[in-house]
Amino acid sequence: MSFMPYVAPEQMMKDRSDYAHKGIARGRSVIGVEYDDGLLFIAENPSATLHKISEIYDRIAFAGVGKYSEFEDLRIAGIRLADLRGYSYGREDVKARDLANAYSQALSNIFTQQMKPYEVEILVGEVDGESEAGTSLYHILFDGSVTDEHGFVAIGGHAEELTETLQSRYAEGWGLAAAVRTAVEVLGSPESRTLEPATIEAGVLERSRPQRRKFRRMDDGEIGELLPA
Amino acid sequence: MTERASLPLAGPSFGADPSFVDLLRRERPDTLEHLRQTISADAAAWVAHGTTVLGFSYADGVIVAGDRRATAGYAIADDKMRKVFAADGYSAIAIAGAAGMAVEMVKLFQLELEHYEKLTGDRLSLEGKANRLAQLIRQNFPLAMQGLVVVPLFGGFDERRGQGRLFYYDATGGKWEEEDYQATGSGSQPAKNSLKKRWRPDLTRDEAVRVSVEALLDASEDDVATGGPNIARRIYPTVLTVTASGAEDVPEDDVASASAELLEERS
Repeated sequence: MSFMPYVAPEQMMKDRSDYAHKGIARGRSVIGVEYDDGLLFIAENPSATLHKISEIYDRIAFAGVGKYSEFEDLRIAGIRLADLRGYSYGREDVKARDLANAYSQALSNIFTQQMKPYEVEILVGEVDGESEAGTSLYHILFDGSVTDEHGFVAIGGHAEELTETLQSRYAEGWGLAAAVRTAVEVLGSPESRTLEPATIEAGVLERSRPQRRKFRRMDDGEIGELLPA
Repeated sequence: MTERASLPLAGPSFGADPSFVDLLRRERPDTLEHLRQTISADAAAWVAHGTTVLGFSYADGVIVAGDRRATAGYAIADDKMRKVFAADGYSAIAIAGAAGMAVEMVKLFQLELEHYEKLTGDRLSLEGKANRLAQLIRQNFPLAMQGLVVVPLFGGFDERRGQGRLFYYDATGGKWEEEDYQATGSGSQPAKNSLKKRWRPDLTRDEAVRVSVEALLDASEDDVATGGPNIARRIYPTVLTVTASGAEDVPEDDVASASAELLEERS
């Protein structure tokens, strides 16, 4: 018969947290910033098909960093939850806040009850209504803690460094071109690199888009045109 | 296994199922239940039925159109019903038959396509969409076999082949591809007779709008359940085109002027 050695709960939580932090720190980052017509998610991602940024619902987008299989799992669960809600009630009843709560609950349960915590951090963004007042940006951590961000946020490998740089560069009400240019510079700043358009993944929630679904992926050509030659 | 809050996370099966209808059946089986109930043929006769819809290929893609009338027995249940819808960005669905069920089928089909697109990051091929619709009819609309017939037409632009394609179905879920023109519903026979004379594969967009409106007008003259254009009340057929640039409603003004011209010629 074997006995589990006693581990203080504080220690256990700390170990899990360290483990998740390490996993996330190994990966690259994602930046979420508001601009005059909505919300931009932008990331360094050499793969053109394994996305970190994606559409969840008409006005809601998702971005994840860390372990791909885990944030992909969360992305799919989010789309399922949103589509079921929209079908049962109405399309405008699907809200980012509810989704952020569901993610928070799920991640918190996984963190405390499963062998291994998820090594992920995610962003859920929404553009609701016609003005900037309707924009929300939620940042959810591997242990289920949620923060409501304003203006800008960086998650992933160099999150702290990037957030500091963003703080000094962010300008409220700027256009998409300025936001993309700055975000790409900031993403490359920790190791002083210049990122090529092909290694950038970007998606926007555009308030002024005439379609019901406000999310749009930006292709390499469009990103290239916005970046300084 | 712990309950993961209300998020329906991927189950034990391998790979994520990209079907919304399957998800609904797993998570909320009650919502699909009503589609499986049965009602008597007598009662069925008094349920609102949408009537004539048609579709054909033309120079730029396909065009799908429908009149606006729904009947319940001998009464007109609705004279402004819409029976032609964009299924997604590159396809359209038109339905004749029991109206309540038809609208539900369209809603499920639209969600099915959108859900697949979001989950996989890819649009289904046109062939894939058409097959999925056949399965949807077979699996979820047993009433279709009991007289409450819901018979869709499905048209879309095949991005790989670079051409418009049209499919039609019957109540058993049978699927056929149509290369010329097709119509279903109570006024389909006069509509087909009209299309037989007017349709050519190389119609321009404006000609195609006119031909579709004319076929519906012919149907309305021979079939009580099909509504004709009503200029006084500004009720015109719904016409939708699907081309390389996507599914698009033909503006009501265009349909109105085509209707006015045709009525003028016949007066």
